[in-house]
Amino acid sequence: MSEDKKPIVEIKGVNKIYGDNHVVHDLNLTVYEGEFLTMLGPSGCGKTTILRMIGGFEEPSEGMIYIEGERVDMKEPFQRNVNTVFQSYALFPHMNIFQNIAYGLKMKKISKAEIKERVEEILHLVQLNGFEKRYPSQLSGGQKQRVAIARALINRPKVLLLDEPLGALDLKLRKEMQIELKNLQKKLGITFIYVTHDQEEALTMSDRIAIMNQGYLDQLDTPENVYERPATRFVADFIGESNIFETVINKISGDTVNVGLEVGNALGLIDDNFSVNMSEMVYACVRPEKVKFSKTEIKGFTILGKVKEQIYVGNVIKSNIILVNGQIVKLSRMDIDEAPKIGDVMYIYWDVEDVVLIKSRSFQIHNLIENARLGGD
Amino acid sequence: MSNTVKKRRNTIPLLTTVSPVAIWLILLVAAPLLYVFFLSFMATDGYKVVIQFNLDNYKNLLNPTYIEIYVNSFIIAFFTTLICILLGYPFAYIMANSTKKSKTIMMIMLMVPFWTNSLIRLNGWKTILGKTGVLNSILLNMGVISEPLEILYTRGAVLLGMVYTLIPYMILPTFASIDKLDGTLLEASSDLGANKLHTFLHVTLPLTFPGIFSGSIMIFIPSLGFFFVSDIMGGGKSQLIGNLIENQFKAANNWPFGAALSMMLIALILIMVTVYKKSGGDMEDLGVM
Amino acid sequence: MKKKNGGAFSRIFTALIYLFLYLPIAVIILFSFNTSKMNIVFEGFTLDWYSRLFRNDTLLEAYGNTLLVGIVSTLIATIIGTLASYGMYKYKFRGKRIIDMLLYIPVVIPEIVLGISLLAIFNLSQIPMGIVSLIIAHATFSIPFVVFTVNARLSGFDKSVEEAAMDLGAGRLKTFLTVTLPIIMPGVVSGAFLAFTLSVDDIIISFFTTGPGSNTFPLKVMELTKTGVTPDVYALSTIVLIVTIVLVIVTQREKKNAV
Repeated sequence: MSEDKKPIVEIKGVNKIYGDNHVVHDLNLTVYEGEFLTMLGPSGCGKTTILRMIGGFEEPSEGMIYIEGERVDMKEPFQRNVNTVFQSYALFPHMNIFQNIAYGLKMKKISKAEIKERVEEILHLVQLNGFEKRYPSQLSGGQKQRVAIARALINRPKVLLLDEPLGALDLKLRKEMQIELKNLQKKLGITFIYVTHDQEEALTMSDRIAIMNQGYLDQLDTPENVYERPATRFVADFIGESNIFETVINKISGDTVNVGLEVGNALGLIDDNFSVNMSEMVYACVRPEKVKFSKTEIKGFTILGKVKEQIYVGNVIKSNIILVNGQIVKLSRMDIDEAPKIGDVMYIYWDVEDVVLIKSRSFQIHNLIENARLGGD
Repeated sequence: MSNTVKKRRNTIPLLTTVSPVAIWLILLVAAPLLYVFFLSFMATDGYKVVIQFNLDNYKNLLNPTYIEIYVNSFIIAFFTTLICILLGYPFAYIMANSTKKSKTIMMIMLMVPFWTNSLIRLNGWKTILGKTGVLNSILLNMGVISEPLEILYTRGAVLLGMVYTLIPYMILPTFASIDKLDGTLLEASSDLGANKLHTFLHVTLPLTFPGIFSGSIMIFIPSLGFFFVSDIMGGGKSQLIGNLIENQFKAANNWPFGAALSMMLIALILIMVTVYKKSGGDMEDLGVM
Repeated sequence: MKKKNGGAFSRIFTALIYLFLYLPIAVIILFSFNTSKMNIVFEGFTLDWYSRLFRNDTLLEAYGNTLLVGIVSTLIATIIGTLASYGMYKYKFRGKRIIDMLLYIPVVIPEIVLGISLLAIFNLSQIPMGIVSLIIAHATFSIPFVVFTVNARLSGFDKSVEEAAMDLGAGRLKTFLTVTLPIIMPGVVSGAFLAFTLSVDDIIISFFTTGPGSNTFPLKVMELTKTGVTPDVYALSTIVLIVTIVLVIVTQREKKNAV
């Protein structure tokens, strides 16, 4: 993120513990004004808990939360200038759409005339004019979703929190709403913090993605970097398809490293941000579309495999190549002419810039213990 | 980094919602029962309670005259419960297997009689069953009998009054348990070749047993205490534990013995409810009505 | 499962049960028009008992007491019971299990035991026996039923609706009054209805907790039973029954229209 952006939500050293269950581990996260930040992760990773702590429905067990520079973690939800769109929509069943949307303004004791004007305006924005008198039970899922968004947005919050808002919609509607939400966010310039377990949704909508894994923030980066430069093995595995090899550094020559797999050798690239030691264990991740094959041996690569099966998914041909240790390497091509044939035996390789090397977490922990023992931080 | 976060507290909303009920229940349920427990160890001078610890009231419980009353009371409670099961369960079964519309109608028709005070309705029975009552007049006029039948002021009349007053407490819980039976389960059973009787005996009945059990508790316990039914229908001839307790507090003015009798009833209920819970019964079902 | 109204056996059985339930009611209505004072044989039709009823001050006063006790105790039980149910649904606290247990006591112990316990405690604390003691006693046995009915409604309640209200700036009280209460209202109303029915029909607990001069209708009937119930009591019951049936039909219609 560029430096001129203003922080709007700051989470500092937050932990959340329920009984024996440590749901969020020592989280530090800054959200900037006007950005679309997505919290992505499988269910139970702590993403919703973080959102609920920002909204005020849960209290951090430890740590601080600031909104616009003001500490809020001990404040009630109704004392915070953020609004939430709930997964279940949480529309008031006994109020019509007008009353639902006007609720927040009524609580702020805004004049009736202004309420009417602003409700009309927001209904126009979410394309629900004429629905004022209907009740939530008379609306479709998509319409309820729009009402929920309108009800939150009408309060002109600094931050809008969205908890899997599209989870209950069918695929087609979800795609439409994704675009609509993104456009709405751009148009209004409001900060969105969006929780989802759907990586495609996260990749298409977000400015930045925070990937959560078992209560830890694994990576916070742009969609492109999250995809191209996964920071942890979990991210590489969770976002898109990846071939992940456990390797050991055999040789370092400049920025090229030779890594040893169980079934051969391969090459990778390091840079100033990523330095390794000899014999260090790293994961080598290669996307299926970046995996190359050859009948003859390529310099630096000695991985041999056999094409076991092939499937056509849409316009992509996916090949599974089995290595001598039984590991499957996924390879995908758009063109049938570029794909291997079943039964082919061939060398696997890749361009060095296409492989991402990731330090293993156990190694990081090992380093941490080492440091502590040496009296470091 | 140490940092003390001031915890938000729910004390005020918690106190406003829960303390009224807590205070009410402590003062008007717990305290009175404890006081009765205390009284059961006291003595009386024939006029008022004398504070003097003793176990005589409990010994007195075993007096043969009283045991006769318990036996009578238990016989009536047992048969009341049994008849309520035999009449109420099939009725609930028929009701649960009706269309949605007739279910509603049947339910309302079931409730209507209970909007008239039970004492009035028992008097209605008295008018019907009396020596010169409606039933006897009709039978005499038709020549079926030559002498009026003695129906009122018998144990049978007390039983009838009990069943009449308490039968909804069997119909409602059994209806609820039959109605929520999964239809596909019964279908599966008949798919597997079970005939209707077999399905009923091996699927419906075991699954609705909790309903029968909770209904039985809700009938058996009150019928031990319904002294007014025995007063009206039995003419005071058929004494129940309820009559005995009533007597100690009103006519005989022996509160400590009445308290001991009440403690005996409570002990009995504790046993029944414990068995009910052990057999997998849900306490909430006892609150259904 | 195929739902149908069953065969001949079912029909006859159902009819007999209803006959059993309605027979005394029919007799009560019939004899409220009887010329004879004795409820033994129907001698002839008259409306006399209905006009006499309105001159029978003690009977009317007793019915007035019944309604007064019913309304006030229902109000108390509904407020305390609804708050309790909500508080116990929403918060975890120490002693919750004890309250839960205490709530079941009035439901499972025989009425006569609750009746004599209240009599004893009123006597001990020198609370004067009369309308006030009746109201307190009736509220005591009604509170659990209100709590259970509201509990049932709350069990299907979506907590996030409350969170949404707080999120939109409503405080706790505002949230309860504008969102929670309207949603659980049907449960509250049926709890109140149940409490009122129990109160109006109560005999045993009233018997022990009333005082001289404050008779309720059931107690008056009990008193009359010894000497013989007069047809004006039947006339009053007939009127009450008809009024209740009309009220139920009206509310059922309203319900249908509301949907």
